[in-house]
Amino acid sequence: MCPAVWPCLGHGGLSNPVIGNINLPKWGVNMDMPTPDARVLARKARIVACLQQVLPQDAVIHEVAETRAYECDALTAYRCAPMAVVLPACTQEVSEVLKICHREGVPVVPRGSGTSLAGGALPTEDCVILGVARMNAVLETDYDNRVIRVQSGRTNLSVTGAVEPEDFFYAPDPSSQLACAIAGNIAMNSGGAHCLKYGVTTNNLLGVTMVLMDGTVIEIGGAHLDAGGLDLLGLICGSEGQLGVVTEATLRILRKPEGARPVLMGFDDPEVAGACVSDIIRAGVLPVAIEFMDRLCIRTSDNFANAGYPDCEALLIVEVEGSEAEIDAQLAQIVDIARRHDPVELRESRSPEESARIWLGRKSAFGAIGQINDYMCLDGTIPVSELPMVLRRIGELGREFGLQVGNVFHAGDGNMHPLILFDANLPGDLEKCEALGAEILKLCVDAGGCLTGEHGVGIEKRDLMWHQYTPADLEAQMAVKDVFDPSWLLNPAKVFPLDASESRRGSKRAAELVGDARA
Amino acid sequence: MDIAQTESEMAACVAGASGPVAIRGGGTRGLVLPGEVLTTSGLVGVQLYEPGALTLVASAGTPVAEIETLLAAENQQLAFEPMDHRALLGTSGAPTIGGVVAANVSGPRRIQAGACRDFMLGVRYVDGTGAVIKNGGRVMKNVTGYDLVRLMGGSWGTLGVLTQVSLKVLPRPQAQATLCVPDCDMAQAVKTMSVALGSPFEITGAAYVTDRAEVLLRIEGFSGSVAYRTGRLIDLLDRLGAVELRAEGAASGAIWKAIRDVEAFAGQPGDVWRVSIKPSDAPLIAPRLKADALLLDWGGGMIWARVPAGTDLRARIGQMSGHATLVRADPETRARLGMFHPQPAPLATISAGLRARFDPRGIFNTGLMDRHQPLGV
Ligand SMILES: Cc1cc2nc3c(=O)[nH]c(=O)nc-3n(C[C@H](O)[C@H](O)[C@H](O)COP(=O)(O)OP(=O)(O)OC[C@H]3O[C@@H](n4cnc5c(N)ncnc54)[C@H](O)[C@@H]3O)c2cc1C
Repeated sequence: MCPAVWPCLGHGGLSNPVIGNINLPKWGVNMDMPTPDARVLARKARIVACLQQVLPQDAVIHEVAETRAYECDALTAYRCAPMAVVLPACTQEVSEVLKICHREGVPVVPRGSGTSLAGGALPTEDCVILGVARMNAVLETDYDNRVIRVQSGRTNLSVTGAVEPEDFFYAPDPSSQLACAIAGNIAMNSGGAHCLKYGVTTNNLLGVTMVLMDGTVIEIGGAHLDAGGLDLLGLICGSEGQLGVVTEATLRILRKPEGARPVLMGFDDPEVAGACVSDIIRAGVLPVAIEFMDRLCIRTSDNFANAGYPDCEALLIVEVEGSEAEIDAQLAQIVDIARRHDPVELRESRSPEESARIWLGRKSAFGAIGQINDYMCLDGTIPVSELPMVLRRIGELGREFGLQVGNVFHAGDGNMHPLILFDANLPGDLEKCEALGAEILKLCVDAGGCLTGEHGVGIEKRDLMWHQYTPADLEAQMAVKDVFDPSWLLNPAKVFPLDASESRRGSKRAAELVGDARA
Repeated sequence: MDIAQTESEMAACVAGASGPVAIRGGGTRGLVLPGEVLTTSGLVGVQLYEPGALTLVASAGTPVAEIETLLAAENQQLAFEPMDHRALLGTSGAPTIGGVVAANVSGPRRIQAGACRDFMLGVRYVDGTGAVIKNGGRVMKNVTGYDLVRLMGGSWGTLGVLTQVSLKVLPRPQAQATLCVPDCDMAQAVKTMSVALGSPFEITGAAYVTDRAEVLLRIEGFSGSVAYRTGRLIDLLDRLGAVELRAEGAASGAIWKAIRDVEAFAGQPGDVWRVSIKPSDAPLIAPRLKADALLLDWGGGMIWARVPAGTDLRARIGQMSGHATLVRADPETRARLGMFHPQPAPLATISAGLRARFDPRGIFNTGLMDRHQPLGV
């Protein structure tokens, strides 16, 4: 069930470094999960029995052999089987489950499709995994108002699938879109290749039905364009399953453009490619995508996919949309700009076949690298203007650590995906890779950027939060969780450094409950 | 109170406040709130503008006009098209970028480009204890921790005093045109706008001017593109009735500025409300308003209504999915009806909880968003 959905990608690629426990040292910082609450574990039988009273038999999984299927997400190096798994079918069932877990002081980890690269859906031994995979219905399609309402377990691609017959689409398109659920997209505020033009999840989400930890069902927003009151919708988007369980979502759908075509450009210098990106944007053209690949990625993916890429230091793929004539005009302008930067190659697509060939290498980049190596995929964002400096520094850091780093990313918005190559069978190499990863992410922050552009913090970047935020900044964020989930039972060990959240988490509430029960 | 010239002076002002404070940017919204006025007028200046990265960082008190001029020199703009409230509300002063963000002010282009909140990249603010907090940053994609950026946008100063905002900006379109579909009743108008908005031609404005019974549609982009899309739209909409090219270039710009600022209601008597709904509900809800004048924007999803002073428009609407905001009224009506639509109990509880955390003494803009809850001072 868990990482198998996307075998070609993710942490470690094809040959994942499967390590049996979750106490690996990572980046020299603490990746431990909190000690499971013994009092919860001791009451497993009673808790499972309560859950079985409100759910059908097959919707409560508690045999150890079966809960293993939920032991990790796509951050597969870290695993832990949960106490139980529930698979409710509707908002009401979610509410019943949460009421029980709230009453019993059981931590709950919401789960969509388990494709998080940050460990967002990683269980703890004492938790109940609340999976929304069975909740995948389309509730309403409304072309007049350009919205669709779905249950949150529906996969991203099948939302577009539901409106494609009418030539509409749902814009955010993470590369995991075949597998990942709208629930996970909302929790992570996921992006995609086309977000330069269409924005990320938060820009395309109009409403949610959500269940709070105590079972209260709330509705925020709807088919109207601005929800009233404080922007709670914006707050929930990207909250990594810590504020509530989203069960339904109202999403904006858009009419498909008439067409789209890319141009491929090769340069002898990554800095020149960076300058070209900046010039294109300054000229007032707004492409839907600007993708960047460096030499390592160009070579590897070309060998793998035979895309016919030029032999050069940096490659850009720039795609524009519109009618044939509109595309021609925009591409002409872009090519004109590119020429001023002495490209070694300029290849404008003239047909769907040529477009597919241009995209082929880019789309197989991760898979290609996974074929030759284990790799770790980072996700920092930087100001586009810092691209040359950051690329240079990443190269230097790679040499210092003795590891190769490939770069393939969304250049238009500065969301980098450095791929660190390592050998999982070489003792110490994973640790070295993680240490380099931490240095690269700190570099992104120091360059004016951030730790994560679209994958989320989860457990992976939890302790690096101190590098980006002050204690007061983190306190303000944790105060939000205090309001939505005062007992800190929803996905409690994620996002915030464990030492920062310690006084709020933990068994305090469970202790109270045991006290109540004894009284 | 002295005028804070820096963020740390602002923090000191807040920490030292002994009672309610009324946070003021340009003062163009005409709000009268209890307590001492805390102005952001000393926090001015653009700290960073990178046209090639589409990013701008400015102090909260910076006049919007200054930012728009700076952007225009690089052929860029604030794509969410913030409204200028002065004519409608009969106020003076200069709108500030902090005020725009705090009120999430978005104009006609909201239907295509997004709202102000969609262009926010980062904030710095002073919370109710006087602590300086930052969230987000200056990059386009950022999911590091909770998104307090959007929470602060549209929070009307009730959670903190914004000191700095970073925004995404966009290229200013080279050309624009406005199409007009005349002689529509409201149901036809909303249907026409829906057909246009459901086309691949990227409508950036869709309004219905009720007194003239005409639908206006805006197309923007490179000139070749505008010509092409205009032609295709005329073909598409012709099936629904006559369509004409109403204006191009600056004349088209003037039409949309008038819609953005609801100029038709300026200087006219009565209260002004803004009702946010699902576009197709407009023909059902509009008659219930019994308004003296109406203007529909956002393809029908935003109804501007002018009604006799003191009218409780929410009572007239009754059950609705959406919300009605009182934009212009005398202080007595504002106090009686409240500016914002009451929220369902669980949401009101969450909002009150957030306020209690961000502003534990309950001193910021009291009574503005929290009139249905007890004050916490
Ligand atoms: C091959 C591959 C490519 C990827 N490409 C991209 C990409 O291009 N862009 C991108 O942004 N991401 C990408 N990702 C990351 C991942 O796919 C996204 O984060 C995705 O949104 C996760 O969705 P999911 O349904 O799998 O969520 P899960 O992994 O199940 O959960 C993710 C988080 O959401 C929470 N959650 C799940 N359901 C709910 C709910 N109902 N209510 C509240 N919280 C909930 C979980 O607790 C967890 O914190 C990629 C991942 C892989 C493996």
